Amino acid sequence: MASVVFYFQVHQPFRLRRYTIFDTDTNYFDDQANQEICSKVADKCYLPANQAILDLIEQFKGEFRVSYSITGTIIEQLQKWRPDVIDSFKRLADTGCVEFIAETYYHSLIFLYNRPEFISQTQKHHRLISELFGQEPKVFRNTELTYNNDVARVVQDMGYETILTEGADHILGYRSPNYLYHPPNCPDMHILLKNYRLSDDIAFRFSNRTWPEWPLTAEKFASWISRGNGNGYVCNLFMDYETFGEHQWADTGIFDFLRALPGEIKKAGDNDFLTISQAVQRYPSAGEMDVPHMISWADTERDISAWLGNSMQANALHDINAMSGEILDSGDEELIHQWRLLQSSDHFYYMCTKCFDDGDVHKYFNPYESPYEAYINYMNILDSVRARIDNQ
Amino acid sequence: MKVFMLGWEFPPHISGGLGTACHGLTKGLDEIGVDVVFVVPTAVPVDTDSHVKLQSPATLPLLNRPAVQAVESQTQQTQAPGEQTVSHVDLRQVDARLEPYRQPQPTGQRPVRSLQDAPQEASGNIQSLGQSLPGLGGTDDSHNNVEPNSSGEHYGGDLMTEVQKYARLALELAAHEEFDVIHAHDWMTFSAGQAVAAATGKPLIVHVHSTEFDRAGEHVNQQIYEIERTGMHAARRVICVSYLTRETAISRYQVDPGKVSVVYNAVAAANNHVSNVPAPIRQDEKIVLFLGRLTLQKGPRYFLEAATKVVSRFENVRFIIAGGGDMIDACVKLAADMGIGRFVTFTGFLRGDDVARVFKMADLYVMPSVSEPFGIAPLEAISHDVPVIISKQSGVSEILTHALKVDFWDTDDMANKILAVLRHDPLQRTLRQHGQIEVQKLSWLDSAKELGNIYQEVASGG
Repeated sequence: MASVVFYFQVHQPFRLRRYTIFDTDTNYFDDQANQEICSKVADKCYLPANQAILDLIEQFKGEFRVSYSITGTIIEQLQKWRPDVIDSFKRLADTGCVEFIAETYYHSLIFLYNRPEFISQTQKHHRLISELFGQEPKVFRNTELTYNNDVARVVQDMGYETILTEGADHILGYRSPNYLYHPPNCPDMHILLKNYRLSDDIAFRFSNRTWPEWPLTAEKFASWISRGNGNGYVCNLFMDYETFGEHQWADTGIFDFLRALPGEIKKAGDNDFLTISQAVQRYPSAGEMDVPHMISWADTERDISAWLGNSMQANALHDINAMSGEILDSGDEELIHQWRLLQSSDHFYYMCTKCFDDGDVHKYFNPYESPYEAYINYMNILDSVRARIDNQ
Repeated sequence: MKVFMLGWEFPPHISGGLGTACHGLTKGLDEIGVDVVFVVPTAVPVDTDSHVKLQSPATLPLLNRPAVQAVESQTQQTQAPGEQTVSHVDLRQVDARLEPYRQPQPTGQRPVRSLQDAPQEASGNIQSLGQSLPGLGGTDDSHNNVEPNSSGEHYGGDLMTEVQKYARLALELAAHEEFDVIHAHDWMTFSAGQAVAAATGKPLIVHVHSTEFDRAGEHVNQQIYEIERTGMHAARRVICVSYLTRETAISRYQVDPGKVSVVYNAVAAANNHVSNVPAPIRQDEKIVLFLGRLTLQKGPRYFLEAATKVVSRFENVRFIIAGGGDMIDACVKLAADMGIGRFVTFTGFLRGDDVARVFKMADLYVMPSVSEPFGIAPLEAISHDVPVIISKQSGVSEILTHALKVDFWDTDDMANKILAVLRHDPLQRTLRQHGQIEVQKLSWLDSAKELGNIYQEVASGG
């Protein structure tokens, strides 16, 4: 049998407004675009997907289970503009079949630069989740599933029991992502790895008509999961929640697929559905997973080059983090919050040049015409932030 | 496949991108084995270092006609040792003098005979002009060499007579040539193309490198517009240098969209071995370059407006305006009126190695064109490792992704981007690195292959 573990990532950044070197005000964010996108995604994805999940939980009498990681930035947006979505997540929390995961509140890459600030941002998210949904998160995932041994060690020391990352070929070797693992020297910590082939069949390929497997039916997909039986305990389907209705539009049949899938999975074999912590309780570690270098779930490289792959990105990330001491010492809560919102990984993703030529995934709500525009805008805003600390 | 090609510029005598394009395209055609007879007016001095093989008198059928001549005398001395001989392109000159734009030399000045001649006098210009800059009362006479253009016309006098003469001579020449298709570049040669097509029954292809709307804005010369329109309608195929230009052909000239193709220009590898690159006047100074004819359509005014905004934030900068044209005096005055005279250097028209030298000096190239059918210069800048800001109103922006793009009128954005490039090395570095790779992928050979396909289709009745 296989236990299917769904984890959905829910995130939107605070996109920046066009800010030239001649601007002097301190309003850096494009409220109008952010509100429009938030509301659009709420209607196209969050609400209908939440409803589908809720219906499935009822249909399977509590035996359908999923996990979510919802960033602090999207929660702020929903609280401000679409509180109905927050309510609908609360209803999911009330079923007891949904687990919420901790991450950095700002969906940042701060782990690479500043450990104390990483811990602060994670604790801030942890508090938010426990207040909203009445759960103390036991599982951690780092932004974009960026991961190495050090991340596991730091979050173990913070009290988390499980961490998620990508089942990248180069770390797995001959091993399967359908087992649980543990990091070196952290025997009590658990790692769950994304089964990227099956996950991406849904997230990226579902509506691709040039894909030989198109159209993907729930029955066919369930048969692929069952094929893994006997070779592993779990099938980790990790993806952006926006897959449902936003990356794959409703007219591709993605919601019908979602609603039909659990039934087909049950039918296809002796399978069930677990939250991440349930999977950890049920299954032992199959061995040590050593990941000395940073990996992620992005692109074919599965590394951090989508955010730190060119000198503009390195420069921007370095500069925002170089201010941390002065910003945090300023005691100016608004400034600190803005500085943290500027750390969302999306801002650096927009500066990615390696993917600029063939775009595709990277174009999702990218407000810029080119990575250069993204960098210029970002650096102008950093100038303004810097000027504010200098004036204090 | 043999092509009877009608043009009016050939390197080094270039006032716009047309000569560069014809040179590149014929070179590419030569590589794929297409034979070309290229007809240019005699006023055009011939590149001494090109792939064009000059026909010897013995093989010329029209020797007895003084109006049509081959420039055989230059052949021996100019064939550089080891230069690959190119066998498929014949250059023929007919005695018509075409000046579609005011040339930056006074009339009567001897034509430039070789690359070695001109650059010397011009090479000093950047430096000397830079030094004489603070005066700004006007440029040195030897550089301020554009005839006053009181009529406001963009074209040399009596041009229509020359166009007719060129057509008549081309027709005579065609009578003694065998070819499959006729390929005419821009309006000057359209009448000739039509005449040759009518006389020989061969299919005509017209190639639109720019339209009257690109050169003159809304104040079009009706006669030229008519020549363009008639030529495009008479042609079996219309080739445009960009979708921007294709759109103009369709909307302004009512050409059947089904027969309009786009073939983009390219750029040859840069000559990165120029010597005598002048040292910056001040070592800490960044150089922002404008290179092109100074006409309304090239947008020098927007460049100066942006410059004014840049210097309000960043003083270690020099704006070099390289080019002649009917607006040069106005631009000098404008810079003075804006109070940025000490930040701006006018070099006058540059050619040959001087262009490479000025690129070598530049930290950034800006093309603020109001309307630019293609725009080869940004590709040249990138191939010289200079990052570029280009106007969105340009054909080249359709194929360049690793460039900064602005609306020509948005001088705030232009200044914002100029400042960003000057202030942030990582931006400059990334633009250079990716731009180089992108431009290396463009080749005249690929453009020529597309032309070759069009020739085949047209020759087989398509």
